[in-house]
Amino acid sequence: MDTRVQHVPPRRRSPRRVRVLLGSGAAALTLTAGLASPLNPAPDEAQAESTGKKTLTVAVAQSVDSLSPFLAQRLVSTSIHKLMYEYLTNYDPKDSHTVPGLATKWEPSADKLTWTYTIRKDSKWSDGKQATAEDAAWTFNKIMTDEGAATVNASYVTNFKKVTAPSPDKLVIELKKPQATMTSLDVPIVPKHEWEKVEDFGKFNNDDKFPIVGNGPFILTDYKKDKYVKLEPNKDFWRGAPKFDELVFKTYKDQDAAVAALKKGEVSFVAGQPSLTPAQAAELKNVPNVKVNDAPGRRFFALATNPGAQTKDGKKFGDGHPALLDQKVRQALFLAVDRETIVDKVFQGHAVVGEGYIPPRFSDYFWKPAADQKLAHDPKKAAQLLDEAGYKKNGDGKRVGKDGKPLDFRILCHATDPMDKSIGNYLKEWWGELGIGLEVQCLDNVTDPWYAGEYDLAFDGWSVNPDPDYVLSLHICSALPSKPGATSPTDNFICDKKYDDLYAKQQAEYDPAKRQDLVKQMQSRLYDTGYMNILAYPNAVEAYRTDQIKSITTMPSDAGNIYGQDGYWSWWSAVPADSEAGSDGGTSAGVVIGIAAGAVVLIGAVAFVALRRRATAEERE
Amino acid sequence: MTDASTSTTALADPDGPAPAGPSARGPRARDTVAYLRYGAGKLVGAAVSLFAVLVTSFFLFRIIPGDPVRTITHGRAVSEEQLQALRRQFGIDKPLWEQFTQYCGQALRGDFGNSYQLHDPVGELIWDRLPATLLLTGTAFVLYSLIGVWLGTRSAWRNGGLGDRFNTGLSLTLYSVPSFWLGLMLINVFAVGVGFVPGLFPTGLMETGDGSTGLAHALDVAHHMVLPVVTLVAVGYAQTLLVMRSSLLDEMGSDYLTTARAKGLRDTLVRRRHAVPNALLPTVTLMFVNLGHVVAGQILVETVFSWPGLGGLFYEALSIPDLPLLQGLFFVFAAGVILMNTLADLIYPLLDPRVGR
Repeated sequence: MDTRVQHVPPRRRSPRRVRVLLGSGAAALTLTAGLASPLNPAPDEAQAESTGKKTLTVAVAQSVDSLSPFLAQRLVSTSIHKLMYEYLTNYDPKDSHTVPGLATKWEPSADKLTWTYTIRKDSKWSDGKQATAEDAAWTFNKIMTDEGAATVNASYVTNFKKVTAPSPDKLVIELKKPQATMTSLDVPIVPKHEWEKVEDFGKFNNDDKFPIVGNGPFILTDYKKDKYVKLEPNKDFWRGAPKFDELVFKTYKDQDAAVAALKKGEVSFVAGQPSLTPAQAAELKNVPNVKVNDAPGRRFFALATNPGAQTKDGKKFGDGHPALLDQKVRQALFLAVDRETIVDKVFQGHAVVGEGYIPPRFSDYFWKPAADQKLAHDPKKAAQLLDEAGYKKNGDGKRVGKDGKPLDFRILCHATDPMDKSIGNYLKEWWGELGIGLEVQCLDNVTDPWYAGEYDLAFDGWSVNPDPDYVLSLHICSALPSKPGATSPTDNFICDKKYDDLYAKQQAEYDPAKRQDLVKQMQSRLYDTGYMNILAYPNAVEAYRTDQIKSITTMPSDAGNIYGQDGYWSWWSAVPADSEAGSDGGTSAGVVIGIAAGAVVLIGAVAFVALRRRATAEERE
Repeated sequence: MTDASTSTTALADPDGPAPAGPSARGPRARDTVAYLRYGAGKLVGAAVSLFAVLVTSFFLFRIIPGDPVRTITHGRAVSEEQLQALRRQFGIDKPLWEQFTQYCGQALRGDFGNSYQLHDPVGELIWDRLPATLLLTGTAFVLYSLIGVWLGTRSAWRNGGLGDRFNTGLSLTLYSVPSFWLGLMLINVFAVGVGFVPGLFPTGLMETGDGSTGLAHALDVAHHMVLPVVTLVAVGYAQTLLVMRSSLLDEMGSDYLTTARAKGLRDTLVRRRHAVPNALLPTVTLMFVNLGHVVAGQILVETVFSWPGLGGLFYEALSIPDLPLLQGLFFVFAAGVILMNTLADLIYPLLDPRVGR
């Protein structure tokens, strides 16, 4: 094949040689271009060194969906809104009780139907204008009258009759019926003089003009879609200005990459939404200058059973297993669950064993079952309950009903959540020992079968707010769908008269202590009906660099989370570390220059050798 | 590759060798007419495909389970009336055929509606992220095509040798590596730094965001591009290499090469002037196919490196499902492939005169 031809003396310089030269030159150039930035070291740090600017960079998994407080749904966006705008009230970082925000005082009328808020006089918009009750009244009225503006905040105003601002420091809200959640209206108040120019609230994303006028602790100065959001401290913030010179949120779509960025010091903080995995947490624990914050979460993780899906008018639908309508069977299932094993093995310690409906971090509302009420791990009692319910074991060790059919359940599992899957495997084993079969159905989309009532059991979980009204409302009868399969607010088709009565009572109870008591009674009732059982409260595991952040407030302050707080406490309170070095993971500019030079020399040498080899090869030919 | 063969056969069939034309015109004119006829056929085909894509994308994403209104409102207090209002706003409360006619009418005017979750017009969202994707995958495309052709040629010319075995083996190994894994490894080694290897490159994103402009900004982006481009090139060049290698091997026994050698041409000249141009055709087809995919970006690599491109946007849209955005993206992705294939078909006769006659 390789028929070599005789050597022909080159008449001209081979164009190939020129090309090789050009090629290697280009390659060298590309490489040096790649290295050029570290040559004048990482701009962030360069800036920090030259101007002493302290930047706090937060790596978040989400990108911003909208900067309009009327449209934003993602946590990253609503968290940023908490920094840009004031709310009427705020939550104390210590224990989440209500504290003043834009309003300094609030008072209900004797008939409970009128609330009067006193608006603070020391809050100015960042364009210098005074923030007044008129801004607040305008914001609420807009949500009440404009469908586009109601996109995310409608639920706060459905019970409002009229909102007015009789004077610049008085906001009056008239209600249709009493509403205990009036001190937790999580609606950002926007400046009327900026927002009344907006034409279509359903399409305006608030991202065409910077800085954005606000009155929160930070002012949003720059935003690039899918890339970053930048904020600067509001020097005139009434509670005092934040200490960092700049706060940047950057979107890292892959959490392993975000962890790498933290290790290197490119970011100061990695958000625990979603929570860092046990493996990531373990890895970061060994990295110097990194602190892993294993924070008690605001979520509960539960087992839900299908109580017989039904509509508001009691029409049954779906195909939930009839055996689960027997409370003894449900209790037997819960008794066979070893919650401690789930916390230890599945969550690898990054969770707290489940008790009542509301996580312990909300200490005012936290409830746990009394000793005689509690369904603690007890497989023997579980077996006994099943016997009593008429599901005896047959010769094969399977529980069968009176109709002779074996007891086989399905459980809906989120395919995207590895926890669901592994807990499913444990349940299979534990319930299998009882003689019950279980099929773990992991789906990308669980909502369709869920709303259709086509499940026996399901993994359930919700994030709880400082005011528990919303999570409690998921189980009232009026949350049921109006027709089979329709989307509705209900979580699990639960409808219980006693629970509903308590819900209505707490909704109208303005005395905090009495309301807390009612909420605890509701949880007790929910526990006893036994359609739901809380397995664990997963932690929110997050991490930050101690050589960039000296101190930061968690919520609750004793042990709590940093990202996704109710309020602006963490970023507002963060104190920069004064160390200068260490933020670039030990790569000094000198090393980089050395390597760049080395690379260039190496490429040059390779190119030279290649050329020589070619030349001689050609001469050999 | 299949595309080349089908187009060759497809166009040979319908008209026969000599299309009707005034015999007074010379063979050249006949060629031009034939080419125009061939080109028009291809263009009509492309238009039909585009329309089919338009229709498919409407139905395709409605098959995905999931209700956008449910996903979007999940975890928030919403009343049933509000859910209805959202359905009305999205236009998914209407019967399917009505939605479809409305969609077609709008799409033909180039309007894909507004994204459910990002609220902006779909066209704007795509336009915003297109440059990032084109920059990343385009650069990678140029590099892996060049490297593939170069190494493929070398491998074939010295086939069976050590270099050939090494090149083929290495490229196939890299080809079978999952791109996200390779990306993560590169991040951990070359961005964070391991042992004596310092962290030279950023761990992700497209820019530092320090407000730099001009050359400084370009260098910043180039710096951020190195690792994702290396990942894409490493995983991608094997295809070009193997196609180039095999088609060159096919040519190597040809008589015309022996003739060329007999004329006394140097080995390199035989390769460059005679063998490679003839072997390049399948590779060119492959390149056009790859070029069509450049628009779609690389979901996994874009995710690992947090690259703000179309791949990431598509992934985000799928989880809702954000129907208008999905329809728009799918149309753009498919249009990229169709246009490039059509372009390949149109250029082919110019590269190989046997085609299109």
